[in-house]
Amino acid sequence: MKIKTEAGERHVLAITVDNEAGVLAKITGLFTARGYNIESLTVADISSDHALSRITIVTNGPPPIIDQIIAQLDRLVPVHRVVDLNDAGEAHVEREIALVKVAGTGDKRIEALRMADVFRAKVVDTTLSSFIFEITGNSDKVDRFIALMRECGLVEVGRTGVVAIARGSEAL
Amino acid sequence: MTEMSGADMVVQALVDLGVDTVFGYPGGAVLPIYDALYKHPTIKHILVRHEQAATHAAEGYARSTGKPGVVLVTSGPGATNAVTGITDALLDSIPMVVLTGQVPTTLIGTDAFQECDTVGITRHCTKHNYLVMDPDRLGPIMHEAFHIATHGRPGPVVIDIPKNVQVATGTYSVPEFIQHNSYRPQVEPDADAIAQAVAMIAAAERPIFYTGGGVINAGPDASAALRQLVALTGAPVTSTLMGLGAFPSDDDKWLGMLGMHGTFEANMAMNRADLIIAVGARFDDRVTGRLDAFSPDSKKIHIDIDRSSINKIVPVDLAVVGDAGRALDAIIAGWQAAGHKARDLGEWWRRVDGWRATRCLDFPEKKEPDADIMPQRAVKALFDATRGMDPIITTEVGQHQMWAAQHFGFAAPNRWLTSGGLGTMGYGFPAAVGAQIAHPDRLVICIAGEASLQMNIQEMGTVSQYRLPVKIFILNNEWMGMVRQWQELTYESRYSNSYSDSLPDFVKLADAYGWTGLRIDNLGQLEDGIRKMIETPGPVIVDCRVAQLANCFPMIPSGAAHTDMILQPNDITGTMDDEAKALV
Repeated sequence: MKIKTEAGERHVLAITVDNEAGVLAKITGLFTARGYNIESLTVADISSDHALSRITIVTNGPPPIIDQIIAQLDRLVPVHRVVDLNDAGEAHVEREIALVKVAGTGDKRIEALRMADVFRAKVVDTTLSSFIFEITGNSDKVDRFIALMRECGLVEVGRTGVVAIARGSEAL
Repeated sequence: MTEMSGADMVVQALVDLGVDTVFGYPGGAVLPIYDALYKHPTIKHILVRHEQAATHAAEGYARSTGKPGVVLVTSGPGATNAVTGITDALLDSIPMVVLTGQVPTTLIGTDAFQECDTVGITRHCTKHNYLVMDPDRLGPIMHEAFHIATHGRPGPVVIDIPKNVQVATGTYSVPEFIQHNSYRPQVEPDADAIAQAVAMIAAAERPIFYTGGGVINAGPDASAALRQLVALTGAPVTSTLMGLGAFPSDDDKWLGMLGMHGTFEANMAMNRADLIIAVGARFDDRVTGRLDAFSPDSKKIHIDIDRSSINKIVPVDLAVVGDAGRALDAIIAGWQAAGHKARDLGEWWRRVDGWRATRCLDFPEKKEPDADIMPQRAVKALFDATRGMDPIITTEVGQHQMWAAQHFGFAAPNRWLTSGGLGTMGYGFPAAVGAQIAHPDRLVICIAGEASLQMNIQEMGTVSQYRLPVKIFILNNEWMGMVRQWQELTYESRYSNSYSDSLPDFVKLADAYGWTGLRIDNLGQLEDGIRKMIETPGPVIVDCRVAQLANCFPMIPSGAAHTDMILQPNDITGTMDDEAKALV
């Protein structure tokens, strides 16, 4: 017997929650308990009184599962709002930051700097044999930059995961 | 706004919330609350013999009254022992508040004596949970917890209270929230959806109501509304295990339970219907059978208070999010306002009657007085003997549970207490304790299997202590019958560990606890034995010996469609393919 899996599509969910201990565990636990995917997750306090946090989750699944994920999140007591940014009428903006450390000397070092320029990555630290680049963009752009840096002495990467917000004048 | 200790606040909140009964077991980390209870004679504390039983007793109390069940246990093992009952309440949507003691805040995270991460462990088996770090928060949290446990889809809420928070003083306050900050379940159904539902029901030629535990949770008025709507439309009704009692079993519109051990007519009618009206039911795998063959030609209306239940398993044509009772009332109002009359469903009923003619619940039996008792006969005899007594029936989990669901009839809600979603062996007896506490003068009978009963049999002591007249009726076949049945169906009768070896003498056990013990060995003794059980005051355990190898039919084997029911034992085949074996 083989276990079958279904093809999915990528969705970005913006979730506002009470900024309380255990809320993040509740949400990530929901994903593991019900077998949903998390491609990335970011969370930070967003209100002036520190009462609310915004979680951005990039997930993947067939449309009925995405619908289920939203319904399951929405019924959690500390969850205020769940928005599927892929459904939010107008398109949305996604950004991710990566810090990319590249070590080497000579041609590779020059090539790394040249490509960083093409990608508009900033140099935020340097030694005689290394750079740390800061790159901002959507995940594809960050992926491509990191893939190129692998050829130029990549030694370390840190990524934030996606934050996203709907276009237009309306708030969530 | 009064200054008092955390423990006093807990008890004050219970008083303010109208709680009359707490099921619990003391221990180091809840001693301050137990001391506060000592001074509050208005709250009755029922001392169980194991924390799991406290949770099931609270479920029995809740399910038989509609009020939330309350549990009080200590930290560590007290909390972990409660986890099974908490999960059971989550799966069956039972309102429950569980208060757990915790080590002092200064010791949290140090692997202190009887410390466990209670909020971590119960995070995914509660509707919500709290760790209270400040006594000033206790009042608001207690009130919020009861609000959450009882509003929307009901469920269990855990409040973990460190011992120093119980001892410290603070200000007790009662929140005046009208709306919760973030938890606002939709109770009122959408008017457009109701109008569409009315039109769909009016247009249907082969409609069927498929109702579940949500109708029971919505209160007795919802059951009354269901009866009214069925009478208006003339459509047949089937129900899940959890929904039994919402519609009277002696009504000619009643088709019996559906699903794996449901009736042939209920499952065939679901399969052939052109409209399913699902009310407070969640298309559980025990109900649907093979999904791609589940009611292929029907439109489906799904009324549920939990949006996540809609389209979770079976895609539906119309979603109505809201309280089952209010939705039914709105449909009735819409139906009457539109001047709809019941359609002529004669052709549909003729087909239903054809399926009924299969008489799928009949079973072979010998009639001689010294014959073995068929377990179905025992349940029917119990039903016949208790007619007019309005008994509350609880069950454990297994074959006896299904036989009780098939052969015991219910005329009203809140009389049938069983573990449906989690399928917890050991539920039935403590649930009977909780129901009997709530209804001291009613006849409460736990229909048990000899294996399940032993999972919480220690509660005989609780029953003796509070002089509860609980009756336990054991269908004793000396097997974990449902396990054995599956081994026969799936594993060529390799009976791996399914024999109930080394059983106690239940009659002597009754004697040891000061109960009355009876034994019924053959058909000739059945009616007298049941009568004696009912007439004997106080707790009675009946060891009813039944035909050992009887199996529960009809049955939809795992991976099969509603139309592929096994009706009789000789339909059984010896083995199954891996796909079927992998299903639960």
